[in-house]
Amino acid sequence: MSSGLEEQVAQWRGFVRRRAVLSADDVAELEEHLRGQVDDLRAVGLSDDEAFLVAVSRMGSMDALSREFAAVHSERLWKQLVLSDEDRGPAARAASRRRTWLVLALAVGAALTFRAALWLMDTDVVWRAGAGLVLPWLAGSFCLRHRVPRGVVLTAAAGWVALLVVLLVSPFEAGGDTLVLAAAHAPVVWWLLAGAFYTGGRWRDPARRMDFVRFTGEWAVYYFLLAAGGGALIGLSLAVFGAVGVDASPVLLSWVLPCGAAGATVVAAWLVEAKQSVVENMAPVLARVFSPLVLALLVALLVAFALDPRVLGVDRDLLVLMTVVLVVVLGLWLYTVSARRPEAPVGAWDRGLVALLLAAVAVDLVVLVAMAGRIAELGLTPNRAAALGLNLLLLGDLVGSAWLAIGFARQARPFSALERWQTSSLPVLGAWAALVAVAWGPLFSWT
Amino acid sequence: MHIDKDLVAASATPLVLGILAEEESSYGYAILKRVRELSDGRMEWTDGMLYPLLHRLERQGLVGASWGTSEEGRRRKHYALTEAGRRQLAERQSQWAVVSQTLARVWDAPGAAGPLSGPVLA
Repeated sequence: MSSGLEEQVAQWRGFVRRRAVLSADDVAELEEHLRGQVDDLRAVGLSDDEAFLVAVSRMGSMDALSREFAAVHSERLWKQLVLSDEDRGPAARAASRRRTWLVLALAVGAALTFRAALWLMDTDVVWRAGAGLVLPWLAGSFCLRHRVPRGVVLTAAAGWVALLVVLLVSPFEAGGDTLVLAAAHAPVVWWLLAGAFYTGGRWRDPARRMDFVRFTGEWAVYYFLLAAGGGALIGLSLAVFGAVGVDASPVLLSWVLPCGAAGATVVAAWLVEAKQSVVENMAPVLARVFSPLVLALLVALLVAFALDPRVLGVDRDLLVLMTVVLVVVLGLWLYTVSARRPEAPVGAWDRGLVALLLAAVAVDLVVLVAMAGRIAELGLTPNRAAALGLNLLLLGDLVGSAWLAIGFARQARPFSALERWQTSSLPVLGAWAALVAVAWGPLFSWT
Repeated sequence: MHIDKDLVAASATPLVLGILAEEESSYGYAILKRVRELSDGRMEWTDGMLYPLLHRLERQGLVGASWGTSEEGRRRKHYALTEAGRRQLAERQSQWAVVSQTLARVWDAPGAAGPLSGPVLA
């Protein structure tokens, strides 16, 4: 191939590479095609320039092609939702600045709402309803990004308010188990309702649901970083003011801390969206680091149970802790699924994940048997009923995942089946959380 | 001849699967050349669109892909039919057989005003 032609192909490659949705491999594949076509056209007598022009025009419009690629590789798109400002005109830059201010205003709104709630209500009321007061501001920030259909807004808002009212007016016994359970389960429901806003109303679409899962993981990472940084700063400020003889704790602990904790929910979400294209997604990286360690933990637990089955009956916290471990396993699995390139070949990693899932299923069965024993012996309490139900749900989810993962590792099933299973389990978990938050109080007479 | 784009889209998957069934493995440009050859150049695809289709089939597990090297020493992605792809192809073939048989019957029926019956009988 002549040097002039090489230069044209290199220019074309540079042009195609700017399409964020095309991976380096895709570009290489298209370039190989272009070169094959150019060679054939030159062989039938076209000049270099003519051959190049015909080959490029046969390739078709890059916009249309990018859209097709985006439809197939939707997970790649998640990272590229935010275009860098250089790619856009002054009007878009102004809109982006305006949105930044709006997001900051929403963060301040979240902070003040939470502070006002602390001021107006009892602390334990704020504990059970706090998330329901702060997360609407987060949902509001999603609305800046996507146009959300009115029907979805109204339905989600109605569910939101209904849950909030139930939690606020219910006559929970102070410090009772049903109160703690409601406070722990309600945020899950509100978070998933916020997800309906995040998906721009297309919450039925598995790909959009997976985007929300990705968002949740990144949000948690950013929130943790903000909380750690903020906590360190507050501690430092307390020490510094203490050294000069000023007690800063009233301001720092009753204003800065709650306002910061509430405002950070919106700020973390904004950071996730703004930094998507800059940083590699963290949650899947963490999932990859911790999956082997959690597998080791599960195997160690199974060995410990096998050596001395009595340990299961000794400490009642053990079963709760085991449930937490299983939720962690499900989270690790979910994030590994969300980050895996579906077209990558099956490898040792996938088989390792099957081992993780099978170990989790085994542990869950042991936990369920122990739980059933406790319930038969000591009766049903709110905590035991909630733990039993959650473990049954987890067992179903894990068994289904393991079944599909084995099929995938044996190449009998496509990866998309796994994604669909995971994303369709989300509403089930949300419905369960809503049930515990709303029905456990009356079922167990608010104790 | 211009062929309606919906028809092209509908036939693309069985056509690609069928071409991959002919050989052990193939690559994008060769598949496209085969389409032109089989249709005597009457079925014109936009070249680039073949690749999203191949990637979709790969995701669905109907074809497997591997990177190799071309005779010119360039990196080339090869595609081969999987077992699931073979089953899918068989199913598509029987579906298309029904469609084309039905069309043939209505167009060949006496009194039909199709492009085949009219001029041929006249």
